[in-house]
Amino acid sequence: MSDTANAPLIEVRDLGVRLNTSRGPAQAVRGVSFSLRRGETLGLVGESGCGKSVTALALMGLLPESAVVSGSIRLDGHELVGLSDANYCKLRGNRISMIFQEPMTALNPMHTIGRQVAEPLRRHTNCSAADARREAIALLDRVGLPDAAKRVDAYPHQFSGGQRQRITIAMALACQPDVLIADEPTTALDVTIQGQILDLIADLVAERGMSMILISHDLGVIAENVQRMMVMYGGIVVESGATNTVFTRMGHPYTQGLFRARPRLGARKGTRLQTIAGTVPELADLPSGCTFADRCGIVEDRCRVALPAVVDVGARHGVRCIRTDVSMAETVGAVEHDHA
Amino acid sequence: MSTPLSASVDVEAVTARPRLATGFWRRALRHRSFVIGGALSLMVLFAALLSLVWTPWSAYEIDVTAKLRPPSATHWLGTDVLGRDIVSLLLVGARSTIMVGVIAVSIGLTFGVCLGLIAAARKGWTEEIIMRMSDFTFAFPAVLSAIMLAAVAGPGMVTSIVAIGIFQIPTLVRLTRGSANAIWAREFVLAARASGKGGFRITIEHVLPNVLPILIVQATIQFALAILAEAALSYLGLGTQPPQPSWGRMLNDAQTLLFQSPMLAVYPGAAIAIAVLGLNLLGDGLRDLLDPRLARER
Repeated sequence: MSDTANAPLIEVRDLGVRLNTSRGPAQAVRGVSFSLRRGETLGLVGESGCGKSVTALALMGLLPESAVVSGSIRLDGHELVGLSDANYCKLRGNRISMIFQEPMTALNPMHTIGRQVAEPLRRHTNCSAADARREAIALLDRVGLPDAAKRVDAYPHQFSGGQRQRITIAMALACQPDVLIADEPTTALDVTIQGQILDLIADLVAERGMSMILISHDLGVIAENVQRMMVMYGGIVVESGATNTVFTRMGHPYTQGLFRARPRLGARKGTRLQTIAGTVPELADLPSGCTFADRCGIVEDRCRVALPAVVDVGARHGVRCIRTDVSMAETVGAVEHDHA
Repeated sequence: MSTPLSASVDVEAVTARPRLATGFWRRALRHRSFVIGGALSLMVLFAALLSLVWTPWSAYEIDVTAKLRPPSATHWLGTDVLGRDIVSLLLVGARSTIMVGVIAVSIGLTFGVCLGLIAAARKGWTEEIIMRMSDFTFAFPAVLSAIMLAAVAGPGMVTSIVAIGIFQIPTLVRLTRGSANAIWAREFVLAARASGKGGFRITIEHVLPNVLPILIVQATIQFALAILAEAALSYLGLGTQPPQPSWGRMLNDAQTLLFQSPMLAVYPGAAIAIAVLGLNLLGDGLRDLLDPRLARER
């Protein structure tokens, strides 16, 4: 759209997803709202089962047919919720792309990598097979696959995990999408490769002016790669704000818990990792009040009455907690951690 | 030197690194079961083709005076109870064997694979209806459906081929749907959907190639089953009609003379065994050769 560069590229309002599971309907995502301008990056953090991936799949329109999506997702002003699958197919891989967690299984073992990278091009643009192949080689070269021209006809099993993830990135970027969703792109990779892949994604995002939604359970990955972040718990965004702001001053007891639970260098020998007591609630059976109430250290009776509203605790920094006066009394954040 | 650590290293995995595929045929000719299976299958095919232009004797000529002759220079494998030359019967019989196998399996594959793929791709009611229909068909054995068909269309080779073909559909529907469902659950299908592909293209480009190796192997088994089913139907008088020779008929004709001339049963039996074995080996070989993950030099 030619309106203004300031108009949000993707705008999500009150997104809700209800999944039909074997244990009955489960409200996997509730009231998720955010907007993303061209070139902006957003991180989604949370434990397994908190709704991060479901949110991503809802954006891609890839949820199972039995899932019920409510709210609104607008891409360049066009509503995506309720869009027919045929129309969604025209967007996927073309304007919105996704990188998956498992590079070992995200490629079809029966096709050459060149063919798989060229496929979105052949599908969404009118380019010839030869042009698509040339473009595929250029893309593979750009994502840092050594000897791309020679290896374009090789099969996925002939590559390492890191190389395969580079290939899936090339696939996702083939049609120069506006929005890139990276769902735990480095979780399955060696730590030494993680940094390289994240740097590559960051470079490509900057180079092509894409917006990116990065999903991770790793606070470190989020801290270094996105401008804004949302912390999800039990299908709800419990804290959101600029990455710097959130990391300087964490407002939600859950964010703080996540932060304390990560291992750190330089800790005294014998120091035990802190954990968040309890387990993630069943999505089919969420408590009526704050979803985190059962695991929270500063829970009060009124926390269990109703879902807390978002409290503004700073510049565009929202926390869904009614006890921020207590939780934020002492600063928990990356800055504080240095002399902890 | 052999510490437990080094002993656990998989030598095979280290030395037999997969290399780039260098031509299908080069790999194929090194694949033992493919070569043996191919040779046996070609033998049967050659016999069928040869019978079109030449047989030592006519397979239809009855000479009761020369019945049940032992192998000799004139009749290489002897004669049957009607004095027909066994070699000629085997050669001509190969024709009906191949025809029954190819056509029946083609019917089974065409309908079975299409329905199975549709069931896996559409899910929901479509899947339920297809699967219940195939259960329904599955409940009738080939013989029974052949009898029903014969009652309508009259007995004969065509009837038996169609009956065997229909009988093969449910097996292939189930196999296809099961394997296809497993493929649909794979992440690369999600990735393909994320790149904007619809159900039809995913089925053709991702699901089908991945279930094909399983289907090829199954098709060779189905081929063998078709040959055996044809023999059974011929025995009931519902398959190939005399005087048209078929291996199944020969086997069943030989049954009454099992103690007098056991070799009469051995020849067609061996021919069926060769065809079935050849096809199975060929199927195994093809499966290996068609899977790029197994595409390594042997």
